[in-house]
Amino acid sequence: MTADKGSLEDIRQQLDELRKRAAERGLDLKSEVGDLERRLEDAHRDEMETLSRYDRVHLARHQERPFTLDFVDYLCSDWIELHGDRKYRDDPAIVGGWATLEGRTVMIVGQQKGRDMKENLRRNFGSPHPEGYRKAERLFRLAEKFGRSVVTFVDTQGAYPGIGAEERGQAEAIARNLIVMAGLRVPIVTTIIGEGGSGGALGIAVADRVLMMENAIYSVISPEGCAAILWRSRDRAEDAADALKLTASDLADSGVIDEVISEPPGGAHLDPEAAARTVGEAIVRHLDQLEGRDPEDLVRERREKYYAMGHWEERADA
Amino acid sequence: MAWFRKEKQKLVSQKREIAADVWEKCDGCGEILFVRRLAENLRVCPECGHHFRMPADDYVSLLLDDGFEEEFDAGLRSADPLGFVDSKPYVRRVEQAESKVGTRDAVLTGAGSIEGRPVCLAVMDFKFIGGSMGSVVGEKITRMIERSVDRQAPALILSASGGARMQEGIFSLMQLAKTSAALQRLSEAGLPFLSILTHPTTGGVTASYAMLGDVNLAEPGALIGFAGPRVIKETIRQDLPDGFQTSEFLLEHGMLDTIVPRSELKGTIATLLGHMC
Ligand SMILES: [Zn+2]
Repeated sequence: MTADKGSLEDIRQQLDELRKRAAERGLDLKSEVGDLERRLEDAHRDEMETLSRYDRVHLARHQERPFTLDFVDYLCSDWIELHGDRKYRDDPAIVGGWATLEGRTVMIVGQQKGRDMKENLRRNFGSPHPEGYRKAERLFRLAEKFGRSVVTFVDTQGAYPGIGAEERGQAEAIARNLIVMAGLRVPIVTTIIGEGGSGGALGIAVADRVLMMENAIYSVISPEGCAAILWRSRDRAEDAADALKLTASDLADSGVIDEVISEPPGGAHLDPEAAARTVGEAIVRHLDQLEGRDPEDLVRERREKYYAMGHWEERADA
Repeated sequence: MAWFRKEKQKLVSQKREIAADVWEKCDGCGEILFVRRLAENLRVCPECGHHFRMPADDYVSLLLDDGFEEEFDAGLRSADPLGFVDSKPYVRRVEQAESKVGTRDAVLTGAGSIEGRPVCLAVMDFKFIGGSMGSVVGEKITRMIERSVDRQAPALILSASGGARMQEGIFSLMQLAKTSAALQRLSEAGLPFLSILTHPTTGGVTASYAMLGDVNLAEPGALIGFAGPRVIKETIRQDLPDGFQTSEFLLEHGMLDTIVPRSELKGTIATLLGHMC
């Protein structure tokens, strides 16, 4: 990413060595280790500050970031995955089910990428078909029926653009989720954990609170797609990423998301469990604020939140 | 001789403009059609029934008894929330669209009557930056739907759009959620929403209000889809089947209630509203 990477690696190696030596020989190297840890953290912070938006795009797509099922693993108990849309098939690109999170039952729904080629083929790289969105809709309604909150995790390049997806109504499936989520009478907390790819992301992301991990992205179009259309070259993706302002801090500035969740030094992929814990704390904090609210108020405030989004000028003279 | 060349070029381009004003070639049958005759026939080819795109104003006249009795929010103009610049600044793009199409962005909204029944109507205009949905389109549609609720009148949206307006980034994506939230309120109020899809309706508009009609109608032969055909082709590296993503294809796959030729659009809508109000 930047020239700092070398020095970061150096510090990390020194630290590992020191820890190993301390363990092997029973030496007290606490202050030396502490020193190096601080240096490592500083180096990481420096590096993160110099990251370009397109660097963040790469981080958001990192294979070792925690995915939806990792969050379930780290944060939840009593997980029961629920499969299928009851209409066509089960789409493994979206997972969902009941789980216990900090003492309460929640309905979890999220896009799921694979870690290797085999799993990615099965999960279509986390790009859902209509059946995935229809499974999500079924689970949202199930949560509503039993008065349980919905927790969603967004991580997709986008809804899949294929023949079958179009035949079975990709657009309708996403649109249906938007209207269903807008009117859902239980709290919804969404976290963008990696890629928030356009309508395919929004299809499970209409929520009372939208949180975003520090190195996640959220955009109306991928920087590559945008570059191909507006610059007529995918090589201009870096420019497109800057123009689209798609990072967590950009979106917090614009008021589209409610909170940026910080990641471990260097990014969530370096310590997925710690990253997941921080996300879990934020989700629980928001659920605590939302649960027990009057459903009418919840729906009205959610609607008003989306009504306020957008920028325009209003002239009386037209 | 530079002045001469310049003059000549001007002459040629004027000539071409006149020609394009008088004649238009049909994409359906290849016939060269007299533009005035085409306009008299609601811009439907008299030879093969191909539906040419029609300006938003003409749809307003076609559908409403006396046009808009009241136009809504005509003073809303696009801002430039991202300071977006690609091959040209977004601000310039909007100005050019305004001088080409008019100053009301990619949608006209207002109130009028259909066979005496009051309705609220939105008509999108593809000529304004590809009918793309940015903040102004989202806001005008949302306010139109809110007025439907206030007046207890049915809402109609006629779509023609390439999708979300990239130059407004995440704000354009949020318009999908915003307009859907408005439709949720309309639905809760028990009022009908008719979605009329025309050529082309793709992307974020299809993935929000265009597919959420209590009844979804489309004109014949319209391109309707989530992803554009080129993106799909690039993704799957296969040729697309004949007739893929046409109105007829969507009807066959259960995504539309009915296909209605332009000349019958108003009558069909009036009958539908009679059943639903
Ligand atoms: Zn023809």
